[in-house]
Formats: sequence, C-alpha cells, structure tokens
Amino acid sequence: MNTPIRFQIDGVEVLAEPGQSIMQAADAAGIYIPRLCDVEGLEPQGSCRVCTVKVNGRTAAACTQPAAADIEVENDTLELTNYRRDLVRMLFHEGNHLCPICEASGRCELQAMGYRLGISQPTKYPYLQPARPVDASHPDIVLDTNRCIRCGRCIRASRDIDGKSVFGYVGRGIDKKVGVNGDNLLATDASIDDCAIALETCPVGCIIQKGMGFYKPIGERSFDHQPIGSNIEGNRSGAAHREETWRQGEE
Amino acid sequence: MSKRVIEIDPVTRVEGHGKVTIHLNEQNQVDEARLHIVEFRGFERFIRGRLLWEVPVIVQRLCGICPVSHHLAAAKAMDIIVGADRLTPTAEKMRRLMHYGQVMQSHVLHFFHLCSPDLLFGFDADPSQRNIFGVINAFPDLARQAVMMRKFGQEVIRVTAGKKIHGTGAIPGGINKSLSLTERDALLKDIDQMLSWSQGALKIARDYSLDNLELVQHFATFPSSHMSLVREDGALDLYHGNLRAIDAAGNPIFDQLDYQGYHQQLVEEVRAWSYMKFPFIKSRGHLDGWYRVGPLSRMNTAGFIDTPEAGNAHRELKALTQGQPNPMTLANHWARMIEVMHCVEKIRDLLHDDDLQGKDLVVKGERREEGVGVIEAPRGTLIHHYKVDANDQVRFCNLIVSTTHNNEGMNRAVAAVAKQYISGEPRVTEGMLNHVEVAIRAYDPCLSCATHALGQMPLEIELVDASGQLIDRREQNRR
Repeated sequence: MNTPIRFQIDGVEVLAEPGQSIMQAADAAGIYIPRLCDVEGLEPQGSCRVCTVKVNGRTAAACTQPAAADIEVENDTLELTNYRRDLVRMLFHEGNHLCPICEASGRCELQAMGYRLGISQPTKYPYLQPARPVDASHPDIVLDTNRCIRCGRCIRASRDIDGKSVFGYVGRGIDKKVGVNGDNLLATDASIDDCAIALETCPVGCIIQKGMGFYKPIGERSFDHQPIGSNIEGNRSGAAHREETWRQGEE
Repeated sequence: MSKRVIEIDPVTRVEGHGKVTIHLNEQNQVDEARLHIVEFRGFERFIRGRLLWEVPVIVQRLCGICPVSHHLAAAKAMDIIVGADRLTPTAEKMRRLMHYGQVMQSHVLHFFHLCSPDLLFGFDADPSQRNIFGVINAFPDLARQAVMMRKFGQEVIRVTAGKKIHGTGAIPGGINKSLSLTERDALLKDIDQMLSWSQGALKIARDYSLDNLELVQHFATFPSSHMSLVREDGALDLYHGNLRAIDAAGNPIFDQLDYQGYHQQLVEEVRAWSYMKFPFIKSRGHLDGWYRVGPLSRMNTAGFIDTPEAGNAHRELKALTQGQPNPMTLANHWARMIEVMHCVEKIRDLLHDDDLQGKDLVVKGERREEGVGVIEAPRGTLIHHYKVDANDQVRFCNLIVSTTHNNEGMNRAVAAVAKQYISGEPRVTEGMLNHVEVAIRAYDPCLSCATHALGQMPLEIELVDASGQLIDRREQNRR
C-alpha cells in the first residue's frame, strides 16, 4: 500500500494518494477549488485556468498539477479569487451568454461560477458579441456555440468515452471554437445517448437536447438553492461561503 | 398668432415611452393631435433562428409589467406547433391561474398606481400631489391595499411560473410544474381578503363613473367597433376562446372566429409618423375598420361573465348604456375593476380544484409548421403568430399587441380631448395637457411592448411655432 502524501491547502493538512492531482485530493478533503473545464470521469486538460492555485508561490492548474509532499497550496485567497473573476468575466464577454433566456440557466456552471465569485454586474471588458450560426440540423440535438466556453468536455467525452470524436477544436487563438466532424451535426454519428450530449457534460447551454428546454421548473434546478461546489464542500454552508467570497473586495 | 405644435414627450404614468403632438392653427384651434410610439424593439426580427421552446421565455422580455401575457400567448402558439390541441386539465388550469394572477396585478397597478392620482385629486390638480406619493400620503390604507393586491397577484405568478417576473412555467404543450399544497394554502390564506379588497376597488371605480357621469359620458367618448376573445357560449374568457368583433351598434362583424385564421379578418397598415402599425378589419376597409380592445371592449363583446360578483357588476355596467356597446373611454376603469373581481373569483375557484395538484403536465401531437396564440392580455387582445421550420427554428414571427389594436382609438381619444380642452384657449396649462394623458392612460397602453424607459420620466412640453421657433417650454421631472 502506498504511503499517503501530506501537503497543505490554505494551511489545512490534506492527504493524497500518489498520482492524485491537487484538485482530486482537495475534493476528497471537502475543499472546493473552482473549475469549469474539469469534470469527474474525463481526463483533466487544464485549459480554463479557473482552478489556478499557487503551489509554493507559483501558479498552477490544480486539475493537472500532481499533489506532492509538503507543498503549500494557496486556494481561497483574494488574489486568486480576483484572477478567477477575470477569467470568468472574459468567458462571459467572449460569447453570447444571455442567461435570462437560456435554458441552461439554473444548471449552467458558468452562471453558477459567476454567482459564486460574486460577479453581479457588467464589467470593464467589451462584449465581443460573436454571430455564430446555430446548428439545429440534428433531430435530437442542437449546437449553439454562441454559448460555448471551449472547455473541451464534449470533445473528450466523445473521443474517450463514446469513441466517436464527433467534436473537435477548429481555428486558433480568439477564433478557436468547437466544430463537428461533418458539415453539420446531422452529418455526424452523434446520438442523444452519447456521453458527450449528456446535460452534465456541457457546462453551459451550448449542447442542448431538443424539446427539453425549461422542463425543470425554477426552484428545482441544480444551483437554485446551493452554489456550485457545495457538493464537494459537504457540510460547509454554501451561502456562508458565498458571503465570504463577496466580502473579499470588489463587488 | 401663428400655427403651433405642442409636444407631450414622454407621456407619463404609462408603461413605456410615447409622445403626443398637438397642432394648433392661427386661431389656437386644434387641427390635429397624435400619439407617437417613438422607439422600436425588433423582437419579431431577432427571434428568427431561435428554437421554438425558447420563444415563450424570450418574447416575454418585451415587458416587465405583463410578461405573462406574452409568455402564455407564445406558449399557446407553440402548443399548436407541437400538436398539443388540448392540454391536460392540470396544464390548462395552471396556466389560467397564472393568467388571472397576472391580469389582476396588472390592473391593480394600472388603476391605483398610475391612474388613481387623476381620479382622486382631479385631472388638473397640483402635479406635486397628483402622483402615487400623493395617494400614499392622502389615502394610506388604499395605497397599502394596492401594494398588497399586487403582491398577491405576483405570488400567484411566482407559484405557477417559477418567478414573479419572467418565469418559465408555460412550455410547448403544457406546463413545467403543478401547484403544491403548501403553495395553494398560502394563497388560500389571503383569498378572502383579496375578494373583499376587490369589491372595494370595484366600488371606487363604479362610484367614480356614476358620480361623475357627465364627465365620463363626454370625455373622449366616440363610437367604435370592439373586439375580444369570447368563450363558445359568449362568456368573458381571458385565457382562451374565439374572436368576436362587434360594430358601434353591437351588431356582429365576425363571431366565434378561430384565431388561427385571424389574418383573414385583420390587416395591419403602416403610417409614416409612428412605429406602431394600425390594424383594421379587412371587410370594413382601412378607414372604418379600426376597433378597440381592452377591458371596456371585453365588457361590450362578452354576453355575460360566469362569476357571480363580476357577473352582477357587468350587468350594471351594461345597463348604463341599455345593453348597447359602451363608448366612454373613462368607463375602462370600471371595466378594469370588474375584471379584477372576476380574476380573484376565478383564482378562488381554481385554488379549490384538485386538478392543480395533477402530475400530467405535457402533451404532444402531430408537429405543425405554423401556429397562432391569442390571449386577452390586461390591455386587450394579444396575437402571437409563428412559423417554425423542420429543425425547430423560428422563421417568421408577427406580434399584434393590445396597444397596437388600440392605436387608432387612442389617437381619436387624444384628438377629442385636445379639441375639447385646448382649442381656443389663450394659454395652455399643464392641467389641460394632463387631460390628454388621462385619455391615454384610460387605455393603459403598454408602450413597453414597443420600447422601455428606465429611471427618470421627464414630462416635457414644448410650444413651437410654424417656423420651428420655441415659444414656451414646460419641464417636470418625475420618477
């Protein structure tokens, strides 16, 4: 049996199995490190950087950084919260995230992260307002990349779990976006039963299942009563935590 | 004296942003007066390409006062498109409950918050008192009732739509929740108080009309046709029915018209000076085909009202004109409070109906490409018409909102009052101009459907001569 690795997150001692990432160890210890591109069941890719922590004073993505003995990890600090706020704000500004009319509202991880981080008003960045066509060609699935945050969860799920590679990145830099391996979704072998199409896979309202919009009433949606991360924090009150975040300056 | 133009910009204590121009000739006689809708929303265009189940949630953002009306009209159109020709009892009754809550709170807002200052203090009372704060100071109990009645209506909306404003309850083919017993009991706790306050509100509106009958009979009174939905037996039905239009003498123009074919009877005309279209009944032509909608028109078209208290009040209102269509603009307030009574009676009956706790919420059927949804919104008939392609994306949208139906009627009311109260007067006072606004407010125009204004609502009146020279200006900021 391997000897557990001991390290600290915000001064709290945490144990990790060898090979675990900082985030996996934190999750097991009931400490929430915010994240968007990482989700249980998929290989981490460290692309959204919302899980940025400081390891012995240097920034790293907690989802890909292995836990190591005696490291000191900073997570819940004002400096990191402000980094995360900026990252999340930029995601809002790069796409067309119209929460009031989006069927993912209430279960959207981007929206929930905005609330958790205390982002409650428009910010200094310009809205890029892209005009991306909606692909509704498939009888069961819609792809609305206006709402995509390029987390790549659908890409990994389709490649690694479904074995189909329906989705992939196209373009570079600011033009990078999620595309499909055909002229449109209808031309692919995407299916409503794919893991890539499951509501839990897409963190926003980019991949949606036709005809299911607004079926879940307000009050019964994932984040209507508990902020994102509460499932990891367990007994720690989500509302209390959110207040803590709000107290940390800015908004 | 040269020709002059007076502008009331914006019209105050209405929903949204509008402007009135009054054209005076050399003898200070009113040549012409018009209500302009000066901004443009564009929902019919940018809804194209969106997905059909998003539509009820998107289009309700036209307005923060009566979003439920747009939410339900769009949902009814989408019912047709998804082939849900008959909803489950739970779905229809939940939607009805939502709608009655909406009409009630909107009417209360309109009557107490926007119009009662005119009725309680007089049309040309000091404007520093003639506002909702004046009402709160002078009639605190009445003001509190208004707030609590609105709160009740908003609660009805919250438990049916999920939120007090811009909820998601109605989905194509049904509803996404039923009413829990806890929610029901919370409403039942207050229902008797609401019935009592509704009786009081109805009495205020009725007594005002009868005590000031001379004014009510002659203020912006003119004959017109009227249109609304009515139930198959001719009863008032705010949620569903067929279209009925009557002429000024009460003769039917069309009756029990399936609204899926509304465009066979109604045509919209564009005029250069307003963003709002002018609909008319095709068979009567564009000069004579205009009509009015709204509470008073519904009293005129409906044969009867199927709830006891509102039914009695309806008969009394009808008796005032010996059963003939009532043409008096100010009688809209009486009609509006009859509808508040009706809505509260309907809410009471629905709260005692077990179907609201049902689990069967959605039905679907054979898919169609086109659908029309019509509802009687607080301000009148609301028409939503959509075409949706095989991919579920909207490719056509036409909305005819209540205020659009009333466009010609409101313009005639503005002209009538301007001629009656301003023509020949050597100096135009704020009180005279408020008479014009009183006429507009009687229709409760939802200018929000064409625009929305935030924050300060300045009343600005400019007197301009024929060469464009500003000769007088009044400005008053209101919130």
